[in-house]
Amino acid sequence: MTKNDPIYKTDALIAQDIDAYLEAHQHKTMLRFITCGSVDDGKSTLIGRLLYDSKMIFEDQLAALEADSKRVGTQGQEIDFALLVDGLAAEREQGITIDVAYRFFATEKRKFIVADTPGHEQYTRNMVTGASTADLAVILIDARKGVLTQTRRHSYLVHLLGIRNIVLAVNKMDLVGYDHSVFDEIVAEYRAFAQSIGIAEFTPIPISGFKGDNITGPSANTPWYDGPSLLPHLEAVEVDGTADQERPFRMPVQWVNRPNLDFRGFAGLIASGTVRPGDSVRVLPSGKTSKIARIVSLEGDRDIAVAGESVTLTLRDEIDCSRGQVIVAAQEPLEVADQFEATIVWMDENELLPGRAYWLKIGTQTVSATVAQPKYEVNVNTQEHLATKTLDLNAIGVANITTDREIPFASYAENRDLGGFILIDKLTNQTAAAGMINFALRRAQNIHWQATDIGREHHANMKHQKPAVLWLTGLSGSGKSTVANIVEKKLARMNRHTFLLDGDNVRHGLNKDLGFTEADRVENIRRVGEVAKLMTDAGLIVITAFISPFRAEREMVRSMMQPGEFIEIFIDTPLEVAEARDVKGLYAKARSGQLKNFTGIDSPYEAPETPEIRIDTTTMDAEEAADLIIARLIP
Amino acid sequence: MSQKTLTHLQRLEAESIHILREVVAEAENPVMLYSVGKDSAVMLHLAKKAFYPSPPPFPLMHVDTTWKFRDMYALRDKAAKAAGMELIVHQNPEAKANGINPFDHGSLHTDMWKTEGLKQALDKHGFDVAFGGARRDEEKSRAKERVFSFRSANHRWDPKNQRPELWRLYNAKKSKGESVRVFPISNWTELDIWQYIHLEGIEIVPLYFSAPRPTVERDGLILMVDDDRFPLREGEEPVMRSVRFRTLGCYPLTGAVESEAQTLQEVIQEMLLTTTSERQGRAIDHDQAASMEKKKQEGYF
Repeated sequence: MTKNDPIYKTDALIAQDIDAYLEAHQHKTMLRFITCGSVDDGKSTLIGRLLYDSKMIFEDQLAALEADSKRVGTQGQEIDFALLVDGLAAEREQGITIDVAYRFFATEKRKFIVADTPGHEQYTRNMVTGASTADLAVILIDARKGVLTQTRRHSYLVHLLGIRNIVLAVNKMDLVGYDHSVFDEIVAEYRAFAQSIGIAEFTPIPISGFKGDNITGPSANTPWYDGPSLLPHLEAVEVDGTADQERPFRMPVQWVNRPNLDFRGFAGLIASGTVRPGDSVRVLPSGKTSKIARIVSLEGDRDIAVAGESVTLTLRDEIDCSRGQVIVAAQEPLEVADQFEATIVWMDENELLPGRAYWLKIGTQTVSATVAQPKYEVNVNTQEHLATKTLDLNAIGVANITTDREIPFASYAENRDLGGFILIDKLTNQTAAAGMINFALRRAQNIHWQATDIGREHHANMKHQKPAVLWLTGLSGSGKSTVANIVEKKLARMNRHTFLLDGDNVRHGLNKDLGFTEADRVENIRRVGEVAKLMTDAGLIVITAFISPFRAEREMVRSMMQPGEFIEIFIDTPLEVAEARDVKGLYAKARSGQLKNFTGIDSPYEAPETPEIRIDTTTMDAEEAADLIIARLIP
Repeated sequence: MSQKTLTHLQRLEAESIHILREVVAEAENPVMLYSVGKDSAVMLHLAKKAFYPSPPPFPLMHVDTTWKFRDMYALRDKAAKAAGMELIVHQNPEAKANGINPFDHGSLHTDMWKTEGLKQALDKHGFDVAFGGARRDEEKSRAKERVFSFRSANHRWDPKNQRPELWRLYNAKKSKGESVRVFPISNWTELDIWQYIHLEGIEIVPLYFSAPRPTVERDGLILMVDDDRFPLREGEEPVMRSVRFRTLGCYPLTGAVESEAQTLQEVIQEMLLTTTSERQGRAIDHDQAASMEKKKQEGYF
């Protein structure tokens, strides 16, 4: 093959010497890239063109394409390449793509996986998803329109996700007469912007996806351009994989392989570095050290394994190591922390609730985590920082995160596998957000728990009682405060040291800055939980009377307490009954619209599924309820 | 430090193994759907690699229609045994009782044996995750399929309610009644599959290789008369043709291609020089535009 032959041409080797062809093709590398641009930029057309030019379109598909082009195409009688890549029936009817689609093509040198993302309001979520696995981004610009708001948005997101290889494809050059100066102006404008957000380098290429200019080889229409054509550039660009191998060894343990008592293998995908038998390693977060014994594989033991490979390792010593832990080079361990600053991309219809616990999955580990109120939200179009209390679908912000235990990590900039995480809603199980760790908060390491000589047991023993939290939950008007009050009086008569935290009362002081939005309700309960925890440390029996409508927060408070100390008491009063009582006149106000976010009316109440005690107030009066609770507390 | 650039097959293999292990680590009761085709063969091979020296810690399950090629049944039993895995074969008893077959019942055949059969089998054994060998390059509607594809309690697929998949992080948490189909070879193309079979020496059904076989030509497809249940129409006489199959399904629904390719290399060669796409040999796709997407929403794999 001579240098000027189109790269995509079917290799003559296929027909002549299939063995030689296979041998050559088994040494192809792989490049994953994302194309960014809206429908109008000709993105689908460009991808369709790449598939077409690399001979990934078969005759039957081409026939279907020609028929479709005439029926629903936007290019008159010409082939509409965009139809090749618009998949789902619904979106073909609407004329838009609605998700991330993955396309495949290959040349002589590389296999390509293209993440194709649409350009409408779901854009941020989809683009971030597509970019998370990409080695390179092609940012499309319509030559007639130049650098637009969306160009800035795409570039910001690509940079945020840590993609270092960026191609600026100035498309539709045919529609501006292949004008050199148009191209130069766009490139100059883009360069100024790119530098302002920290993009150091990019490769500008003038193309026409529709006509095929500078896609597979130099176009006669742009004699003034002497840079690479798109496909040859995609074939030549260096993939990060080798750089990952030069970093210290890290492997999150995915699964422990125990076929019998004599074998214990640690399976995982190597996140960075290389590993050989004999290497000294450390298991984090435990810190135990050992040496690599074997790299086990179906084909026999291996001498070396590198970043990007899925392997099974055995260690020389029997040390504790399980899923979620990370095996690292002994001399170059990872940081371990439980508080981080992270950049978060919100992906769920339900907004972020600061203070609520979410599952956080990082590497192979899933822990419970809370997100603080964001420091700021980023306007993806202008990159301005805006003040915010929460993050909505497609919002990007920076916030501190606290995990319920220490986890080994790297900053996202250093390693995607060890610094990228997702947040999962504990109730819906949906993936709520993607996050990137910026750094650990020093206070996590520097503020240690101060051990005191007089501990919680001492406090409790002085009072001759076992501390507990009697957590009464139920609708407004269900009778929580009434029951709580009687319980406290009865306990006082029994010489028990108690304290009653009442929902209305704490809102006069400790929580007077909070309203009744979901986010504020979460914070209200978190604070009450912390106070109740301090009081149990002081040895008290704490009685609380809060609507506490969300299961997640009640579970959060339960997890703060010592096992067995949290007693959830469901004051079960049907809404009609509570509303009929309406002691404070609140239901009437809520019904008439004067009171917003009222539980049971326009804000949900999530009843406990398995409370320790359930009080049915339709069959039991407050005295009987109090007796039942005390009987349970002091058998 | 010695550098080693991973090839595309090595990267695909690592990714698939990672996915297989992730499921085993997080699922309660996973199963691997095994169709005996080349994609299933690769998926099974990857599972052996992922869990070696343990056998893959889940059973294989074949949702049988009773109308597969005889060669497929033979390899199915052999492969499961060689992998040291339990083989579950499920045949929809209702379809069996009603004698549902591809000749008399059209699309009801696929619906009853495969779509309904699969749902029955998953419910019967309480599997919460099922591995499938589907690839994104097979068909346009699959390009957007997730690796972890969530199905409602009645096995329906909602294309608008799938979770974003970032990095190598798969959210495998599911609500009660939900199940997950996981596709470990999503990112493989047909050529990747063939190259890997070649490189790893994976055994595949002989039907992929050309041989003289008794065939009839019907409705534009060359069909193999694999047994005497094939009702011949007026004037039809089985003719020996040198044919092979690019995909395998129920033999009365699977079109053969005329070919002389008798070795793996020749098959790959022919595939690379070929001009029609893989699924064309399957009658199921020609029903209507976007038919695959519709089938998927109904619960067809």
